[in-house]
Amino acid sequence: MRSAIVARPIDVAALAAEVARAEHGAVIVFVGSVRDMNEGRAVTGIEYQAYEAMAGRELQTIVAEAAGKFGTEAIVVEHRTGRLAVREASVAIALSHGHRGPAYEASRYIIEELKRRVPVWKREEYVDGTREWVDPGGLRAGAPR
Amino acid sequence: MNVTALLFASYADALGRPAVELSLPDGSTVGDALVRLRGMPGGTALPETPLVAVNLAYAKPGAALANGDELALIPPVAGG
Repeated sequence: MRSAIVARPIDVAALAAEVARAEHGAVIVFVGSVRDMNEGRAVTGIEYQAYEAMAGRELQTIVAEAAGKFGTEAIVVEHRTGRLAVREASVAIALSHGHRGPAYEASRYIIEELKRRVPVWKREEYVDGTREWVDPGGLRAGAPR
Repeated sequence: MNVTALLFASYADALGRPAVELSLPDGSTVGDALVRLRGMPGGTALPETPLVAVNLAYAKPGAALANGDELALIPPVAGG
């Protein structure tokens, strides 16, 4: 199990290789990438900011939860920070399992919990030159864990 | 006591800086620190009860602070 907040491009193939196991028949790689449109506005890039110490800790907790729930420790997650262009990977989750069912479930669990709990923020940049912090409805005041 | 308050994203923009050193009376809580921050220039843009972490763990407004604590105001998270 490994997770990290990184300030460099994510090497998706390297993550897939990292979780490959002889006894695991399923490898799942989820990549979240910068989309060129959000709520009708053309996006040219996204700047990601993290509370790094806490984000790293929260990511590690989520990975450990997934390992326990779905029965594999072959999991690696990286979330990138800094300014990303359209199509660049902001997050990647690679994991392997003996079978595809729990592999898909574990991958989905990790991305949903990451989006809900990990202290990372993004500021979208639009074609007209304006920038805005995005509020997609993750963990917020009034619902502390 | 002295605590450091970290600000991120829109909250850092509101106060114009990423961190604030606060000097608070002994026995102060997270809520007391929030009142102080909201009283600073630009502070009214902060919500009255933002999500807060103390020393890397989510904390409630009534949580007691200690000298040297790292307080972080967490805007609605937006990872992925």
